[in-house]
Amino acid sequence: MAESYSAAGAFRKKKISELLLHDKRLDGRGLTDYRSVKVETGLIGTASGSALVSLGKTKVMAGVKIETGTPFPDRPQDGVLTTNAELVPLASPNFEPGPPNEASIELARVVDRGIRESKALDLSELCVVPGKLVFVVFVDIYILDHDGNLFDASALASVSALLTAKMRDYSVKKNGELKFKKDYIKLPLQNYPVEISLAKIDEKMIVDPTLDEEMVADTLITTAIGKKGEICALQKRKTGTYSMEEVLQAVTIAQRKAEEIREKILGEFIDEYEKA
Amino acid sequence: MKRKEDEKLIDKKGLRLDGRRLDEIRPIKIEVGFLEKANGSAYVEWGKNKILVAVYGPREVHPRHLTLTHRALFRCRYHMAPFSTEERKHPAPSRREVELSKVIRSALEPVVFTELYPRTGVDAFIEVLESDGGTRCAGITATSLALVDAGIPLKGLVAACAAGKIDGEVVLDLDGIEDQKGEADLPVAIAPRRNEVTLLQMDGIFSYDEFKKALGLAVEGCKRIHDMQKEALRRKYTIVKEENGMIDEEV
Repeated sequence: MAESYSAAGAFRKKKISELLLHDKRLDGRGLTDYRSVKVETGLIGTASGSALVSLGKTKVMAGVKIETGTPFPDRPQDGVLTTNAELVPLASPNFEPGPPNEASIELARVVDRGIRESKALDLSELCVVPGKLVFVVFVDIYILDHDGNLFDASALASVSALLTAKMRDYSVKKNGELKFKKDYIKLPLQNYPVEISLAKIDEKMIVDPTLDEEMVADTLITTAIGKKGEICALQKRKTGTYSMEEVLQAVTIAQRKAEEIREKILGEFIDEYEKA
Repeated sequence: MKRKEDEKLIDKKGLRLDGRRLDEIRPIKIEVGFLEKANGSAYVEWGKNKILVAVYGPREVHPRHLTLTHRALFRCRYHMAPFSTEERKHPAPSRREVELSKVIRSALEPVVFTELYPRTGVDAFIEVLESDGGTRCAGITATSLALVDAGIPLKGLVAACAAGKIDGEVVLDLDGIEDQKGEADLPVAIAPRRNEVTLLQMDGIFSYDEFKKALGLAVEGCKRIHDMQKEALRRKYTIVKEENGMIDEEV
C-alpha cells in the first residue's frame, strides 16, 4: 500500500487522537471493546469446512480442503498443515491481483503460527503411512471486505472452519493404499487458539482496530492465546515501538479478550465439536 | 545432526548441549565496514551464524514510482544463501524470508531519520551465509551497524537477541537445535537508548510468567549485544582517526 501524506489522513489522525484523550473511539466503542462478531459455517459445499466471519464491516472467509500427499522428510510421522491468505481485490481499493505479497504472507504466517504452535491440529493423527502418505490440510483465507483487523478475523474464520470440517472416514489396506468409507469424521483438534490484535495510538492501546484506526496506528501487536490462556504466538506488526510494560499489558489484555471470544463466539462450535 | 527424541537439551549441571549456561550468549564476532562498494556494511559471526549486510543509500529509488515525497523509502531484504542450511535452500525468496524482511524493516525503521532524505531510498541487504538459529537477530544487529557505517543518521542503534524455552527452562539465545527441539522462541530487538521494543515475535508455548521472564532475559541479552556493537564501532572508527593523526576516544 503506497503511503503518502494526505490532508484527509492528517485530519483522521487528529480526530482519532482527540477522542482517545477521553478514552473514546470514532465508532463509540471503549478501548478494549470488540466490534460485533458473526460466524457462519458450512456455507461452501465444495469445501470440507468453511466459515464466514463478519467483524464489524470486515468480512473474511476461510475454506478447509483436505487432500493426500507426502510428509516433509524431517517429519515423516506428521500430516501437513498449509495456510494461505488471499487479499482479494474486491475487498479494498488497495488490493491488487497478483502473487502473494508481503502483507498476505505475514497474515497467513501469523494465523498459521497460532494454529500450529498451539497444536490445535494434531498432525500425528493425520499420518496414513509414515514417510509415504499423509493428509494435507489446506486452510485458505479469503479477505472479502477490509475494514481493519484482518488478523483476528482470519484466525477466527480458520479455527471455525477447522472445528466444523468433516473428512471422509478411511481405512488403510495392507499394501498401504487408502480406502475411503461412506461416513464422515471430524478433524483431530486439541486446542482452539484465538488471536487478538491491539493497535497503539498515542500511547493508548485499543483492541480490534478498524481500518481507519490501523492506518493512523503507530504500531500493532497480535497475540495468539490457547485454551488454557497460554501464549502461542506473537507478532509486532508495524513500524513503531513498545516499552516492555506495554508489551506485558498488551499480552494481558489479549489473554482476557481471547477467553471472552472463545466462550462467546467459538463456544457453540467447540461444544458441537466435542460432542460429535 | 541426529538426536534421539528423549535426549536432553540441558544436562544435570545445568549446561546446554554446547556447554553454555542458561543465560549465556554464543561467542560473537563483529566487523564493521567489511565491504568495499557498499556505502556501509557489517559482518557478524554469532555462534555458527555468518551474516553479511550491505547498506546502500540515500540514493534514487528504483522503481521510481515507489518514491515518497515526505521521507526516504527504507527497504530491507533478508535472504539466505542456498548453501546456508543443512538441505540446500532454493535461492528464490521463501515466504519465511519475505516475512522476516518485513519484520526486520519494522525493527530498524523507528531509529532511522527517514524524514531527512525525502525522495530517496535506503536499502539494506542481509545475506545469511551460514545459519544456526537466531539469524534474524544477528541480521538486525549487523544491519544497524551497517547503517551507521553508511553514515545514515540514526536515533540510536538497534540490538537484537532471542530468549526461549528448552526442557522447561527459560534460556537466552537459542541455537538451531534448541530452536527446533525447544518449546518456545522469542526474538526481540530493542532501541537501547530509549529502551523501546522494536521487534517482537514469538512461537511456541509460554505461560504469562514464563513470557515475562523470557522478555526480561531477551532485553538483557539485547543490552549485552548493544555493548558489543559499540565496541565494534569504536574499534573501526578509532583506528581511522589515529591514521589521520586525530586521536579521539569517543566515537
